[in-house]
Amino acid sequence: MATLTRPPRPVLDVSHTPTVVFGNRSIIWWGQWGMMAIEGTMFAIFIATYFFLRTRETDWPPGFALPAMKWGSINLVILVLSCIPNAMIKRKAEKGQLQAVRLGLIVMVVIAIVNCGIRALEFPSLNCVWDGNAYGSATWTLLGFHTFHLVADTLDSLVLTVIMFATPIEGRRYQDVSINAIYWYFIVVTWAATYLVIYWAPRWV
Amino acid sequence: MTPVEQAGTASVVEVDSLQRLEQTWKDPGGFWGWFTHVNHRSIGKRFMVTAFAFFLAGGVLAALMRLQLSRPENHFLGPDLYNQIFTMHGSTMMFLFAVPMMFEALAVYLVPLMVGNRNICFPRLNAYSYYIYLFGGLLLYAGFFTNTGPDVGWFAYVPLSGPDFTPGKRADIWAQMITFTELSALAVAIEVICTTFKMRAPGMSLNRIPLFVWAQTIVAFMVIFAMPAVMLSSTMLLLDRTVNTHFYNPAEGGDAILYQHLFWFFGHPEVYIIFIPGTGIVSTIISTFSRRRIFGYTAILLSMVGTAFVGFGLWVHHMFATGLPQMGESFFTAASLMVVIATGTQVFCWLVTMWTGKVVLKSPMLFALAFFFIFIMGGLTGVLMASVPVDLQIHDTFFIVAHFHYVLIGGAVFPLFAALYYWMPKITGRLLNEAAAKWHFWLFFIGFNLTFFPMHILGLRGMPRRIYTYPSAMPWRNLNLLASTGAVLMTVAVLIFIVNFFWHVKHGEIAGNNPWGAATLEWATTSPPPVYNFAELPTVNGRDALWDASPQQPIVTGLDDDCRQVLMTHVMDADPDHRDEFPGPTPIPIIAAIATSIFFIGTIFTAKAFFPGIILTGIALLIWYWPKRQASLRRRKREIWQR
Repeated sequence: MATLTRPPRPVLDVSHTPTVVFGNRSIIWWGQWGMMAIEGTMFAIFIATYFFLRTRETDWPPGFALPAMKWGSINLVILVLSCIPNAMIKRKAEKGQLQAVRLGLIVMVVIAIVNCGIRALEFPSLNCVWDGNAYGSATWTLLGFHTFHLVADTLDSLVLTVIMFATPIEGRRYQDVSINAIYWYFIVVTWAATYLVIYWAPRWV
Repeated sequence: MTPVEQAGTASVVEVDSLQRLEQTWKDPGGFWGWFTHVNHRSIGKRFMVTAFAFFLAGGVLAALMRLQLSRPENHFLGPDLYNQIFTMHGSTMMFLFAVPMMFEALAVYLVPLMVGNRNICFPRLNAYSYYIYLFGGLLLYAGFFTNTGPDVGWFAYVPLSGPDFTPGKRADIWAQMITFTELSALAVAIEVICTTFKMRAPGMSLNRIPLFVWAQTIVAFMVIFAMPAVMLSSTMLLLDRTVNTHFYNPAEGGDAILYQHLFWFFGHPEVYIIFIPGTGIVSTIISTFSRRRIFGYTAILLSMVGTAFVGFGLWVHHMFATGLPQMGESFFTAASLMVVIATGTQVFCWLVTMWTGKVVLKSPMLFALAFFFIFIMGGLTGVLMASVPVDLQIHDTFFIVAHFHYVLIGGAVFPLFAALYYWMPKITGRLLNEAAAKWHFWLFFIGFNLTFFPMHILGLRGMPRRIYTYPSAMPWRNLNLLASTGAVLMTVAVLIFIVNFFWHVKHGEIAGNNPWGAATLEWATTSPPPVYNFAELPTVNGRDALWDASPQQPIVTGLDDDCRQVLMTHVMDADPDHRDEFPGPTPIPIIAAIATSIFFIGTIFTAKAFFPGIILTGIALLIWYWPKRQASLRRRKREIWQR
């Protein structure tokens, strides 16, 4: 073996360090939080926009009936309850328990699909149209923006579930499941805020 | 330095191991290979070249405007073309040059080297963000060359840019170009934060991070909280224009001022996003060319953080002329004046560094010193304008044009040229010609002041901005001619730089590892760096890594060389945490970028493009995400789980 000689130097051997880590040790955790910071800022700015537009009107909602509460509220209950299996799947993933993770993913995908189905019923129950006035535009866009995230995470979970059944399992997949669970919390938290704005703001402010 | 344990000694470098590293980290050559690169230096150079090309394009547009304004009642350009040209100039310089160059290009190329690692975090996302930026820029220029260039100013205020006053596709192209460029910047922001926080060389604790890396990290945070505002405001503009929403339509409960709030909530931080990298460059160069450590590291760092925070509380000072409540205006005046404290602190730290050091006047240092002069002048006129009565007097006049060119060219372009002269030897391995650099510097400096100083006076004499010509009876003639003459000098200066660049690639003096005797880690490796950046990953013993290194400074071993394994360290103290594996060359970023572009560009023309576009993008992301069997199996065999 060819070698180059040079004066001996002390070394820092890192070969014993782990390759599978969770939480704030892993880079995808940081990447995911970066993305949630961006998306969260968008939600915050859009909600600020909603209330800015509120100040331009005397009546709220202006010229439309109040949004019907039923489907949005049901979705909120489902999403809040879904935090329980979500917490379990995150813990199981970080322990590397394959069967529990597979089962949990299926449960989460079913929940997410139910959410999407109910979401489709929410749009007509807004009782306004997007091109009617600024209130309608803001309400539709805010709900659309959350739906975009909900559908994205549903597909994400679905793909992840397929991957967990169809490809060789390695530590990274458990990292993905853990991160996906964090993203689901983001969906829940942003829905709570969005729900309050869309359904309660017209009644309160 | 406790975290580095000394586990053994090495006395030989295995050539085989280096060859394996080379094999592992090399990106393929050839035409098709070019589209698969994920190396941060390769992508960083593309950002630099592309952003510089847009800088030249924006410069040509500026020259055309100066030609038009050089004499009264000139009909070289018509009003419509002139509107397009000043809009294109502003949009190009802000969105396609300043941010991509000062933040994306420099951060992507330099941050991984300066923290001593082998690639940037999320390399495929990095490549994707480059293509997205490129396609956004090409979209804007495709519009311009087909007489569909935006003509509503670089901030595209409604109602002018709304569906009633700008039919056609001009404003839509502008709005979607914003989405492209901001998406690109947001992606790079995440990469930079993760790289700085998780990928530093062992020993580089938070209080030892080079100020340039801190600057880019602070900017990355600003990007995350500022850019969403403009993506939203321009998307809402697009919705108003394409699917009849009413966000900005006062007749249906919308509001035009809302647009200005959202735009400037981004737009003011944007200014700091552009110049904080500049201050990072200046801190680095002043330390190197004063031959001493930077004075007041902590003070400078806190000043940058302070500037970043305060930068989010100033946006209304762009809107004093819109008739807001006086109480609000007073608040924003006070907040605007606060920036002076943070910026002043930095300036005094630099002055002390030079005062107590031994200044070497090489070209990077000249440009850094010019930054002082010009940026401080721009800052001073900025303080004037923070006062509401003054602002109302000079709003929308050439005084504003003079002010922001002093701030932006002083705060970004001068530091950029300083950075190019300083780091080019690292990038190409050769030094630029110093005599030509001095010509470049003096012509650019004099030309700049000739061009923009008279604009202060023109503004005070009442010349409004964005007029395509003016009657000869106005007292503006001579000063405009002077400004146009200055533009000629600036053009010559930039041409000298370009010639110097092409000359140095073949004939420049060989630089060696560390031509300036600088302190940061990028100078520890060869120029240009090998594909794996560092043959042996470095460790760090102090704030100035190379100046503080002990003769027995340990090196990192134990990383696999048959895959792109990188070392991750703990956030606070940067002791070794774990090893992660980065992806190799792949065409997936450009495929995903093309899919995204079809989605974005399609929705300009019809809302029906939304669902096909998003499905296409989703498919591309699915391919991106799908695990590669071979790599999975290999990783599984060597897996060590955290305890």
